[in-house]
Amino acid sequence: MKRLRNKPEILLVPAVFVFVVVLWENLINKLEVKETILPTPSRIYESLLVQFDSAFFWHNLRVTSQEALLGFIAATIFAVIAGTFISQIKIVEKTALPYLVGFQAIPKVALAPIFIIWFGFGQTSKIVMAAIIAFFPILINIIEGLKSADNDQIRMLRVFGASRAQIFFKVQVPAALPFFFAGLDVGILLAILGAVVGEFLGSQEGLGNMVLVAQYNFETPAMFAILLVLSVMGIVAHIIVKAFQRKFAFWGENSNIIGN
Amino acid sequence: MTINNDSKIQDASQEASWINVAGLHKIYNTRAGGQTHALSDINFSVKKGEFISIVGPSGCGKTTLLNILAGLISKTEGSATVSGHEVSKPLPEIGMVFQAPTLLPWRTILENVMVPVEIQKLNKKEHLHKAKELLKLAGLEGFEDKYPSELSGGMQQRAGICRALVHSPSVLLMDEPFGALDAMTREYMNVELLRIWKESNQTIALVTHSITEAVFLSDRVIVMSPRPGRIAEIIDIDLPRPRTLEMMNSDAAGVYVKKIRHYFNAANVIE
Repeated sequence: MKRLRNKPEILLVPAVFVFVVVLWENLINKLEVKETILPTPSRIYESLLVQFDSAFFWHNLRVTSQEALLGFIAATIFAVIAGTFISQIKIVEKTALPYLVGFQAIPKVALAPIFIIWFGFGQTSKIVMAAIIAFFPILINIIEGLKSADNDQIRMLRVFGASRAQIFFKVQVPAALPFFFAGLDVGILLAILGAVVGEFLGSQEGLGNMVLVAQYNFETPAMFAILLVLSVMGIVAHIIVKAFQRKFAFWGENSNIIGN
Repeated sequence: MTINNDSKIQDASQEASWINVAGLHKIYNTRAGGQTHALSDINFSVKKGEFISIVGPSGCGKTTLLNILAGLISKTEGSATVSGHEVSKPLPEIGMVFQAPTLLPWRTILENVMVPVEIQKLNKKEHLHKAKELLKLAGLEGFEDKYPSELSGGMQQRAGICRALVHSPSVLLMDEPFGALDAMTREYMNVELLRIWKESNQTIALVTHSITEAVFLSDRVIVMSPRPGRIAEIIDIDLPRPRTLEMMNSDAAGVYVKKIRHYFNAANVIE
């Protein structure tokens, strides 16, 4: 009882879910909306169970997860390298900054057709797409993070005779960790988005491809079912990143972090 | 032969004075293109094991002076030596306590205290023992594995003092270390500092805003006046040791406080 009074959301969150689902189900039945326009939650659930029974679905889930994860890892590696150089060497920062701003202004989704020409219909073009979309928020958080180190802390280290490398590893890198994880949190979701967008524009497999096929056949419940799967994928990825953050950057819970 | 004699004389004077500041000037270039004379012809010396305070109204350059001794900023003219070494960069024999505790939030208290040992690549095992001893001395036994955010401001500042002492520096520089604390904690910290100083036998230079704090702690108080920052007077505090807070109510202490306050008033600054 006490726990409920302190955290009413424990009850409220599922209550809202049940309310919306029941309302949705009843409205659709009452207004006799066509299933191809908007299916009932129960039909979506049935479709989801059908998916879970098919090996084809699991294969596609693995394909999309793989694309998103590899793209995310590539984006992280490049962002760490680029972020370190940009934050540490003034001339690199001054030179790279206009290009970064310019590149960030490109709607990255519009690059997907080009990547398909360059890298084909296979997984590679989707991995590149995921990496490109995830790269910027991670990079910007790393740069901001490495610059966020407290001047007094740096001064303290200098008094004790610290070298530049020591200042970097003992203050700047740890100070950047909360920002880094905030970047990863945004980045992993964007990587999933990138993989799915890549699949939309030309692919033979993957969850994005399944959505297209379902659309072709007017199987709207299946489209919703896969959308649900993609959402759960995003939530799981978010939870994993948060767990790492709590373990490795526990002190930064309340620090000012740039979302995107 | 004369050169030999000269260096001998210098050696002798170094034995007597551990910190030596002579003809020191610091001129800042301002953004508007002008110059600010932050320190003008500063001369003083501090004996080994002596406790001196530097007081003065805002803008008198006391923090600049301390930063020069710490090797954090360069001097324009003159010399500043610590144990015979000209200070041009941070020296390993100096420990410093800052206005804020400046602990690293991702390190435990013990790991924070060990920072100078890691930076100067000293023997970890040996100094781990020393660090624990210092924490015990500062009343932080049992808090070694806690994180800074789990400690009060006063406890954090004490950990900061332990960190400044862990590599056994001969000189401890303190930049308004208790300024952020409430009056009660501040008095308590003053007493603690004297206790730690007595056991460690460091040479201490403390910058403070508080006249009573300076009188209570110091063997000598350097009073500075602003624009340009220069030494107005150096006052010997002839109060017996060990000192107690009650002593501060005595007439003798009152006379010192009054004398120093006179300079503050002359500078037309109310602190």
